Amino acid sequence: MRFWEKPFGKEKPKTICGEIHIINDRCKGCSFCIEYCPRDVLELSKDFNKKGYHPPIVAKPDMCTFCGLCEMICPDFAIFVTEKEE
Amino acid sequence: MANNTAQLQEKTHPMEDLLRMDRMPHIWCSGCGLGSAVTAFVEGLKKAGVSYDKTAIVSGIGCTGRVAGYVRLDSYHTTHGRAIPFATGLKLANRDLTVFVFSGDGDLFAIGGNHLIHAARRNVDINVICVNNFIYGMTGGQNAPTTPLGAYSSTAPFGNYEMPFNLVGIAAASGASYVARWTTMHARRLTDSIATAANKKGFCFIEIVSPCATVFARKNGGGTGLDLLKEFQTRSIIDHEADPTQIPLTMDNEIVCGEFVNEDSPTFWENVQAGIKSQLEKFSNWEEMQSNSRKIPHKTIRKYTSSRDS
Repeated sequence: MRFWEKPFGKEKPKTICGEIHIINDRCKGCSFCIEYCPRDVLELSKDFNKKGYHPPIVAKPDMCTFCGLCEMICPDFAIFVTEKEE
Repeated sequence: MANNTAQLQEKTHPMEDLLRMDRMPHIWCSGCGLGSAVTAFVEGLKKAGVSYDKTAIVSGIGCTGRVAGYVRLDSYHTTHGRAIPFATGLKLANRDLTVFVFSGDGDLFAIGGNHLIHAARRNVDINVICVNNFIYGMTGGQNAPTTPLGAYSSTAPFGNYEMPFNLVGIAAASGASYVARWTTMHARRLTDSIATAANKKGFCFIEIVSPCATVFARKNGGGTGLDLLKEFQTRSIIDHEADPTQIPLTMDNEIVCGEFVNEDSPTFWENVQAGIKSQLEKFSNWEEMQSNSRKIPHKTIRKYTSSRDS
């Protein structure tokens, strides 16, 4: 018996995952990226950076879908996303 | 997190080819929207596919005037309000260039207001990006021509009594080919708009409504930059068909965004060429005249006569 396609659940479709890079010392703690991340990947860190701001940290790294909105909205060029290589 | 920072050393920011990272971090305050505007500009340039060697950026004075110093392109940091005259000269002297003017509302509309309307009237082929933060930010929050009616500023402690400019209305009424208004919230639409303007002939004007957390929000109880951005999100609507002269920015009403004007009209240089050509065509034997003029041996025919000879 042949299927047109494999039965559901047999093979997971490949999802694009992103990897977030944060340049801590360039961040000014405006928390735009935390607010506008569609999947709430980022969280405000409790640590200080060199200038005394709280940079974001990646709380849920698996949730990132490489939409790049944090990179577009960051006013300090302190965050960028690359596609995760499997 | 240790893993994350270790990989940071290997990979660099994707905009490092167009931004001068040695000048970072920039001087703009936390919560300012100018960085987002610069990101949109850089992404828009990449999307437009213009040659970076053939792109120039001109800035005036002010917070937004610093953009020319942070972008790794040929850049002019000009005198206050005179960004558009410099850009006009640049464009007319080297017409291969894509010229961007990136400046603030105080620079382009207060001291340089006439330059803008006349550049729009002539339809010079430059792209003007005006970041509107409703106030003179760098000098300490004085009243700007864009401060909404009733807003507080350093020089209007009891509220502003003056009617503000409607920037898109002025640009559209002066005859610009492309007029758009976005906030820094609309990052992707703004990027598309800048890419459209880069490839478009004629005078393109894009107004970017930006939050000023340090001065304007502090005087007017707007909260932090994030609160202002959320306010933009709730207040802004997108309407491409709106009449740009009927949508002023006020303190409470909705911010109408969109591409209001997108038409093709002859640019200044095309008009100059057409005018010169039509004048030259009046002399039907123009080339003949030119070739004859070289043959006339003026000096040999001309007889030098003086009173001493006779």
